This record gives sequence, structure tokens and C-alpha cells, in this order.
Amino acid sequence: MSSAPLTLAEKVWNDHLVVKGENGSPDLLYIDLHLVHEVTSPQAFDGLRLAGRPVRRPDLTIATEDHNTPTWDIDKPIADITSRTQIEALRKNAAEFGIRIHSLGDVDQGIVHVVGPQLGLTMPGITVVCGDSHTSTHGAFGALAMGIGTSEVEHVLATQTLPLKAFKTMAINVEGTLRPGVTAKDIILAVIAKIGTGGGQGYVLEYRGSAIRALSMEARMTICNMSIEAGARAGMVAPDQITFDYLKGRPHAPEGADWDAAVEYWKTLPTDAGAKFDAEVFLDANTLDPFVTWGTNPGQGVSLLDVVPSPDDFSDPNDKAAAERALEYMDLTPGTKMKDIRVDTVFLGSCTNSRIEDLRAAASIIKGKTKADGVRMMVVPGSAKVRLQAESEGLDQVFKDFGAEWRFAGCSMCLGMNPDQLAPGERAASTSNRNFEGRQGKGSRTHLVSPLVAAATAIRGTLSSPADLEGAN
Amino acid sequence: MEKFETYTGVGVPLRRSNVDTDQIIPAVYLKRITKTGFEDALFAAWRNDPEFILNQDAYRNGSVLFAGPDFGTGSSREHAVWALRDYGFKAVFSSKFADIFRGNSGKQGLVTGIISDADIEKIWQALEANPGLEATVDLVAKTVAVADIRVEFEIDEYTRWRLLEGLDDIGLTLRDEQSITDFEAKREAWRPKTLPAKGA
Ligand code: SF4
Repeated sequence: MSSAPLTLAEKVWNDHLVVKGENGSPDLLYIDLHLVHEVTSPQAFDGLRLAGRPVRRPDLTIATEDHNTPTWDIDKPIADITSRTQIEALRKNAAEFGIRIHSLGDVDQGIVHVVGPQLGLTMPGITVVCGDSHTSTHGAFGALAMGIGTSEVEHVLATQTLPLKAFKTMAINVEGTLRPGVTAKDIILAVIAKIGTGGGQGYVLEYRGSAIRALSMEARMTICNMSIEAGARAGMVAPDQITFDYLKGRPHAPEGADWDAAVEYWKTLPTDAGAKFDAEVFLDANTLDPFVTWGTNPGQGVSLLDVVPSPDDFSDPNDKAAAERALEYMDLTPGTKMKDIRVDTVFLGSCTNSRIEDLRAAASIIKGKTKADGVRMMVVPGSAKVRLQAESEGLDQVFKDFGAEWRFAGCSMCLGMNPDQLAPGERAASTSNRNFEGRQGKGSRTHLVSPLVAAATAIRGTLSSPADLEGAN
Repeated sequence: MEKFETYTGVGVPLRRSNVDTDQIIPAVYLKRITKTGFEDALFAAWRNDPEFILNQDAYRNGSVLFAGPDFGTGSSREHAVWALRDYGFKAVFSSKFADIFRGNSGKQGLVTGIISDADIEKIWQALEANPGLEATVDLVAKTVAVADIRVEFEIDEYTRWRLLEGLDDIGLTLRDEQSITDFEAKREAWRPKTLPAKGA
């Protein structure tokens, strides 16, 4: 082992080196866990078939159905032909290549990034890949987790390795204590607004500082999830007691002597004192407000207490043009108070914010309150397990009493590949991660928000935080 | 992936510049779940036009494409290479390619050679004067020849080597299979395994 101080990301990288690249060629890294879903895998399996190659390690691979799956009537055949074909292909491929699959209706089905951690498969110090950009979620455990493309999926299936180019490291230091009503989602939206959607390009981010250490595992997952929205390859949080406690006892967590050996190793992973990051960013948690987006990329965000910006507020001509275009698409006028923006739909779900803590947080706000007239609220748990857990706590009843739709697990309106879409021109407060044009349906308008803001917005009908509810109904 | 050394096939003069990946294969074809069978999707928007070059008898079996500058720009879809390959193309020549398209081509065994606009023009004229004329691509010598025109083309050495050896990305990695096996032998017991399945 080298004695030079290293960052968390460098340690995990080094411990997975199969072949060191020479003369500028990439390093070959071993992959500990490969998550598969129906959209990016069919051609990878087809490629294996064409070349007559097997899956090297079915025992390090797991598949779930999530992107296309309906969240109503899950026992009926899927109407959309493309969706059905992709799901049927995944089932067939899993059977043919001996891969574990959690299909619609299975108790462990759900969004791939919710299922991995829930099963205890995601652990500190491992490498995780998936043909999905939000694989960065798993970095919350101190894993090096990256989204990959379909040919890379095929490559990992065939070899359990991936050639990867070296990365740079960026420390995101978040110090202080969050005020009530301010959450992990607000931290990450503020980070992206600060460094921009390209700010993390070529970097692996490490979220550090007292505010991050104080967060639960699920909150850390929310933050790492959106690393990709800052353009980063991956995002990580060093493992600590909170990580170990979350993992212990989960179905696939190590046991007995293996657990002890693992913890001993995991404790060596945090970035060494004196290790150098290639870039550093600082954010003050003490002064952070709830953050929401006004535009059509996740970097176009402001404090909820702020107003819709004007294109003239941007000095960079590209930013200015982007703001003009976004305001037109979003149908917003500069100077409008963010809190005056009225929404049609509130979506609580996606791999960013659909875990049990997210549902609990939202339920605690709406409990006993009345939904605003004309607002539709959709609650889509991240996995079948989360749904069952919420039901055992009576949260489903809270949502139903409030007038929200209580749905089955999947990606749902995060990307609207299934029937859960916004109509053209409809506006949503959404706990998901992408507010791109048309992301939630053709012509859809998305404001990214935290679960607390989503809940308060459903009550008031305009973008709101729980602090705005004093005296409401 | 097959090794590529020399190849001879019908040359196709595609007198268009800026042929982006959306023109090579429109987005609607991306819904498919296979990695082959995209021959019908190649240049789909143009295939309805009876005048389009590939609809002319002499060029129908074309397999060496000569295109204007900026070939393969736009979205990074790998399907663009699959469509060319499935139609039967073995090589594309242009004075300028989009980087991602070129990278994708090398991985799928499609040669992308750079030759000057002036040489492209000469070859276009030769092919048009004599439709159905064959082109010979020699990757060892890095030349392409049509009738009495013979020009050198540019291709980076790494890609050329891979094409000559017939190594796709996976083939390349599997040359190190022993290192992978050795790594696996040392993998700690606590690291995750999805099988046997636990859960529920
Ligand atoms: S919930 Fe949204 S972001 Fe997450 S995996 Fe599904 S589609 Fe992707």
C-alpha cells in the first residue's frame, strides 16, 4: 500500500485495479455489483448472444423492472408495445443467462437504485455500475458507483470489468446545521446551482463536512443521486457509523466474521488527512433555504424565498440565452415570486426521493390538512418494499385521506415512459431529478423540489415550504 | 469481430455534407431491442426517394461509402454504426468525422478513413462516371483505390490495430482474462453477491 494520502475515491479505485493502463490507455477495474433494468439492457444481451458469450458473473448481477412499469393495474398486461417488449425481453434474457430478476408484482421490485441499497447489496468500498445515469446514488455508502451505456453493460456482463479513464476529485464541503424545513434535496439543488450542470464534468465528487455527516443514509442517497446533474462521473460520501447501522442486518449485508472484516476495511476508506482534491467547493448549511428550480435544467434553481430571475441577471451569454429559452418554455415572468407559482400536479417519487423517509416527511406535513383545489398529487414509492413499509405505518391512509393517488412502485412520472405523464403545458412540483423540456411528458413544466416542499405545495397550490403553512386550513 | 485487412466492394458517392446520426438512423428506430437488423433503418428518411443513391440499382449493394465533410455528427447513438454495418457497409470515407461516431465505428469493425475533400471529389466523379465501380480498402497500407485513383487515408494507429486484429472492446479486455481470474480469487468474502438470492 502506498503511504501518500489518498481520497476515498482513489482508495476504492486502487482496490479494484485489475490491469493498470499504460501509455494513456484506461485502467481496467473490477465491478462488484451490476444492476440491470429493462431499458438499457436488451441490446447488451443481444450482443452477448451474437458473440456467443456468457454472463461472466450472474452472481454479481441483479435485474429489476422499473422504467416502463405501470403504477396502476400492475396485474394487467402492459398496454404500450415498446414498454411491454422491453420488459418481456428482460425477463427472457434473465432466464436465458441465469440472472436474478425482480419483476413487477415481486416484493423486491422497484427502482433499481432503491432496490440495491434496500437489499444490502450496496456497500462501502465496492464498485457499482448500471446502465442508468443515477447509479451515482449508491455513492452514498462510500461505493464508487457509475452510470454506463449499453455497450458498457455488455462489456460488464461479459467480463465483470470496465476500462475506465482516470478522474479528477472534487470536495463539496457543506458545513453547519440545516434549519428546520431544509433538507438534503435543498443542499444538492444549491450545489448544482452553484457549480452548474457542467461543473462536475470529469470529477468524482466527495460530499464532506458536518452537514453531510449529520444526514441519514437516505438523505445522503438523495445528494449522491443528483451528482450526475452537476455533470460528475460519480458522487460519494465516506462511510461512518450511520452507514454501518443502516446496512447491518439487511438481507445481503455480510454476517459474522465477514461483517467484522468488512467494517475494519470500511473504516480505512475515508479520505486521509492531507489528501489533495483537484477542486473544492464550499456551501454554508446554516443559511440555506429550501431550493427549487425555475428553469429547464437542474442548475437553474433559486431559494424558494427568491423571485424568478431575469435573463439580464446572467453575464455569460450562453446562460442568458438559456434563461430566456427556459423562461419562455416554463411560461414564467422574471420577478415573479417563486412562492406565487401555481402548480397542477405534485409528484412525490423517483430514485431521488421515494424512500420511506421521504414518504414519512411528506406525510407528516399533509396529515390532517386539505389538498388545494385542482391540484393532483401522485405518490409513487421507490420500491414495493417501501410501499409495504409505508402501509404498515399507515402512511398510505394519510396520503389517501389527503386526496393523493397512492401508487405502485417504479420510475413513473420521473421520466414518463409509462402512462404517468403531465399533459402539455401542465406544471408540476416534482421530487425527481430532471426538469428538462418534455421530461415528464410532451410540453411538461417541472419544478424540482424536496418532499417537504412538495407536500406544502400540495396544500397551498403554489410552491411553498412547511414554514408557509402556519395558520393554513 | 472479424479481422479487417483488405476489402473490395461497390463504392457509393454520397454527395452530402453534415450527415448527422439522425439522418443515418432516425430516432424512431431506437425503440428496438436488438443489436442487428437495422439495415432498413439506414438513411430511412431518404430511402423513400427513388433518386436517392442507394435506391439506384448500381449502388444497391454498395459497401464503401464516400461522404461529404462532418459525417456522423449529432447524437451519440451507436445505432448509426449498426445501421451502416447491417446494410453491408465496411468502410466510410470523409474529410471529417464526428469523434464519437468514429469511436463507435472502430469498436464495431467499421473503418472510417479520412481523405481530403479534393480526393473525395475525384472519387465521386469516378464513381458517378461509372456507377457500380468497386473500391478497394487496404487497411495494412492505409489506402483506398477506385479505378486508377489511389489515395492514402488517415486512421489512428490504435483503432487500425484493433481492426486488423478484429478485437472489439470485450475481445480486448478478454486478452487480460487471467488477470481478471486472479483478481477474483482474491476478492474478499464480505463483498456483495446477488446469488443465492436473499430478501423479501
Ligand atoms: S426514477 Fe427517474 S432518474 Fe431514477 S432511475 Fe428511474 S427514470 Fe432514472
